[in-house]
Amino acid sequence: MNITPRLKRRYRADRRFKFYGMAAIAFALSFLAFFFIDIIGKAMPAFEQAYIEVPVTYSAAVKDNYNKAIPREYRYLVSKSYLRTLPYELEAHPELLGKTKQRWALASHRVDQYIKGHQGHGLKKKYRSHVTAMYDDGHIEMRFNARFFSHGDSKMAENAGILAAAIGSILVLLITIAVAVPIGVMTAVYLEEFAPDNRFTQAIEVNINNLAAIPSILYGLLGLAIFINVMGVPRSSALAGGLTLALMTLPVIIISTRAALRSVPESIRDAAYGLGASNLQVVMHHVLPLAFPGILTGSIIGLAQAMGETAPLLIVGMMAYIPEAPGSILDATTVLPAQVYTWSSESIRAFEERTAAGILVLLTVLLSLNGFAVWLRSRTQKTW
Amino acid sequence: MTTAKNFSIQNVNLWYGESQALYDVNIDLKCGKVTAFIGPSGCGKSTLLRCLNRMNDRIPACRTEGEVILDDKNIYDADVDVVQLRAKVGMVFQKPNPFPKTIYENIVYAPRIHGLVQSMSDCDVLVEKSLTHAGLWNEVKDKLQQPGTALSGGQQQRLCIARTIAVQPEIILMDEPCSALDPIATAKIEELIDELKTEYTIVIVTHSMQQAARVSDHTAFFYMGKLIEQGDTQDIFTKPKKKQTEDYITGRFG
Repeated sequence: MNITPRLKRRYRADRRFKFYGMAAIAFALSFLAFFFIDIIGKAMPAFEQAYIEVPVTYSAAVKDNYNKAIPREYRYLVSKSYLRTLPYELEAHPELLGKTKQRWALASHRVDQYIKGHQGHGLKKKYRSHVTAMYDDGHIEMRFNARFFSHGDSKMAENAGILAAAIGSILVLLITIAVAVPIGVMTAVYLEEFAPDNRFTQAIEVNINNLAAIPSILYGLLGLAIFINVMGVPRSSALAGGLTLALMTLPVIIISTRAALRSVPESIRDAAYGLGASNLQVVMHHVLPLAFPGILTGSIIGLAQAMGETAPLLIVGMMAYIPEAPGSILDATTVLPAQVYTWSSESIRAFEERTAAGILVLLTVLLSLNGFAVWLRSRTQKTW
Repeated sequence: MTTAKNFSIQNVNLWYGESQALYDVNIDLKCGKVTAFIGPSGCGKSTLLRCLNRMNDRIPACRTEGEVILDDKNIYDADVDVVQLRAKVGMVFQKPNPFPKTIYENIVYAPRIHGLVQSMSDCDVLVEKSLTHAGLWNEVKDKLQQPGTALSGGQQQRLCIARTIAVQPEIILMDEPCSALDPIATAKIEELIDELKTEYTIVIVTHSMQQAARVSDHTAFFYMGKLIEQGDTQDIFTKPKKKQTEDYITGRFG
């Protein structure tokens, strides 16, 4: 029998299919590349900030009105957040009284944006040539924007940073881990290894799968009703946010843990039961250690998802202007994605690059978390 | 080594959900001997074997009636502890299934959870004894800390046997222990069974009639969930009483 003519057609179909697959990947990658280039391009300027050298006069009047410390023509160019610190500086160093010093001060966001050449910088026309001249003479410098990482949010764009939101995110994430991982793993272990297979457990299983598909904002409403209204957890606190996100993450952790437990070969359970191990010993000594990499990966992916979540936190009041980093889990807190959202709705031009920089920080954290998951899995994976 | 006083299967019926898999099975298993269960696929021989240490308890839809008497006690009585039972009735499975741990850990795991060993030196002694017993000591004595899963299939199966005898059971159940092995590894396991039968009561399920003829003293032939014939292995293979048995062992069906 001659199969050659058909064979050619089969190979052609193979090649065609391979091409479609590659085209799909290229399409997806191009979106990703566009996204990254756009975000990085927008975010990079945020890591530089203009500083301006001005004469500061520490007169007695400064104690009551800090604006008097610098000559009128500079006031508009220097950040209020710098001027505000002058009375405190004078209090701490009384020997400065009556002296005039050249100081490097944080420049206002208008100066910063003008030097960066951004549209919509907002610097008044009459100051422009002055600022340009100062920049050329080296009285205005672009420096690394360390403030962005060491300060919380501020209404003065040049002073706004990511720190409070980052600490908030960490606190929220820790609470989510502490609540969702133990409960999720225990639930999955019970359902998979101990529970009888009956109507009741099947109903639970269906419900858990449904919960994973519920819009996340509903978890926010649930969190508001249970944690804030009934249990009296403070609004906007890391505790309220963490508990709400834990609710949202639970189904993901349960489902991925069950999948990991199911992937442990039945022969290992047979071997352990056959030797007279009790149910708990089979689970603790054999099944859980083998399922561990899968459980870990699933949990980390669930937690990464929680970390990027905004909608439920909107409902529990975390989408707010919070300049101070929280001191405890009961303090008002915001989180990285919420900070990004708050900045994105600001009209001042300097917030735009901060929004992009915030996204970049969030993405970096998420990618590191996922990378950590992959690394842990490859380290803890056993072969049999 | 203590071997069982008596071991018998009485009127066992078994259902998987609605379908019956075993019908009124009665066998007196000879203590200190090797009994082989033979029969075509799906005849219930493995199912019956798994009744003997209640491994079927793990299958939710499985229901067993009748009695399995071990040392004058029905193992299906409500007051029987399955953990204790399985320490007494060890099992070797069709596919070698060592734990993904070291060879050493594979052996000491069960004695440890049963509290049979206390000190490290107890463990060392037990490991050497069990592996020697299973004819594996000389091959693995220098690599006890290597994973058991890195051994060849035949070695893995002997490791599983060593692991089973480390608990000092009275009875060893073997569910087609050679079906995943090559002829040389099979020959080694068969030799091992020959040695072990002086100390243990062995029940082996096998697809190979030659194997049953070679290793067993007593043979039971099953067909469609029913025990068709049982007797001395020699009698079953040379002068079967039933037509079905004769057809099966002469290769006319199955």
